[in-house]
Amino acid sequence: MNLFLLFLSALLVNNFVLVRFLGTCPFMGVSKDVDSAFGMGVATTFVLVVSAAVTWLIEHFILGPLSIPFMQTTAFILVIAALVQLVEMFLHKTSPGLYKAMGIFLPLITTNCCILGLAIMSVQNAYNFIEAVVFGLGAGLGFTLALVLMAGIREELRFADIPEPMLGAPIAFICAGLLSLAFSGFAGLI
Amino acid sequence: MNTVLVSLVSMGSLAALFALGLAVAGRVFSVETDPKVDAVEEVLPGVNCGGCGFAGCRAFAEAVSSGKAPTNGCPVGGARVAKLVAEILGVEAAAPVRRVAQVLCKGGLEEAKQRGDYDGPKDCRLAHATQGGDKACAYGCLGYGSCVKACAFDAMYMSDNGLPVVVEENCTACGKCVEACPRDIIILVPEEQGVHIRCRNLDPGRFIRQVCSVGCIACQRCVKTCPTGAIYMQDNLARIDYDKCTNCRKCVEVCPMKTIVWQEGKPLVLEKAAVS
Repeated sequence: MNLFLLFLSALLVNNFVLVRFLGTCPFMGVSKDVDSAFGMGVATTFVLVVSAAVTWLIEHFILGPLSIPFMQTTAFILVIAALVQLVEMFLHKTSPGLYKAMGIFLPLITTNCCILGLAIMSVQNAYNFIEAVVFGLGAGLGFTLALVLMAGIREELRFADIPEPMLGAPIAFICAGLLSLAFSGFAGLI
Repeated sequence: MNTVLVSLVSMGSLAALFALGLAVAGRVFSVETDPKVDAVEEVLPGVNCGGCGFAGCRAFAEAVSSGKAPTNGCPVGGARVAKLVAEILGVEAAAPVRRVAQVLCKGGLEEAKQRGDYDGPKDCRLAHATQGGDKACAYGCLGYGSCVKACAFDAMYMSDNGLPVVVEENCTACGKCVEACPRDIIILVPEEQGVHIRCRNLDPGRFIRQVCSVGCIACQRCVKTCPTGAIYMQDNLARIDYDKCTNCRKCVEVCPMKTIVWQEGKPLVLEKAAVS
């Protein structure tokens, strides 16, 4: 498979958040302003790319040869949890502002299902190492794109004249649905 | 049996490897934090309202630990938190004066005239920026409730007359409403003060009569009546010096426009140190 097509597929056509509906928790939680949405997207992208690489290595050099494929979930979660811890420490040291802005959602990247989903999908689709990493990068950038788009919409929503019962989460969910609908238009791209 | 053993050993060693890696990373990326700051942050309310003037509770804890903020700097926590903070830092607690928000406009839908229709977003700042909104009075409350939306403590609501009302029991003097108001109508005042001049209009009296039935017309009767000299005129508006006001209510009686109001339930007499 062409690497570019794979990248584009993960980014737009099969966008993890808006088409596959993975990782919707931070999508709603950290999309209140564009800056922290972007930071969250970058942190998640980093975890996605590195975990795609490490889980591929574990799948092909540990789980495969030892013929214990049923340990897949355990092993992958282990990798993801360790990576998120690493990112958290790194951010705390290098960028306290971003660390504060992301708050609880940073350690929650661990439970972001798009990361485990990506690792399992790349095994199911039998990607090679390069393909797995590109798949992770596309998924991460797609996640960032979805988050930043949503954050932009929600920043505008603050000044909209919204009926009282629809304020807050309800209107945000409707916008998310419309955004998802729009992304289904990319289906014919590939 | 063999599979179990293989799984255990492989996963165990993998986990040990990651643990080692994280331990090393923890050393490399370790961030030194002052244990005092952590202890202070622990006793703060933790709502990150910014009422103290710092960016959240953590920032206030850092400031108070390094002596840049007073121990009673947290308006939300009040005396209780001030005491706890002082204990942690080993200093004397300064007694905080509880303040509450006061709305300095009485011109609601009934009293103040409209000068047109405003159809834009229901936000005071946007209305204010749109040719000054729909109120005929350029200084009065626009009534779109930006202050109420800004309040994180349920201490404000909009009355049927289109004016914000402060629920003083819930007010923490965080100052969010003061910031939100584009016309600087809301101020923070010591809770015990019960006499307020509820007008901000700086125009001469004859203009005020055209736009509002309860605005200050600068007749100066209150200034002449006040026994403690707490009321003074500035830019066609009577203003009150809360440091001198003793809640005697004489100005309330003489005010022809009923701009000066007395809040029921406040102490009837206030002891004020004589101000020269």
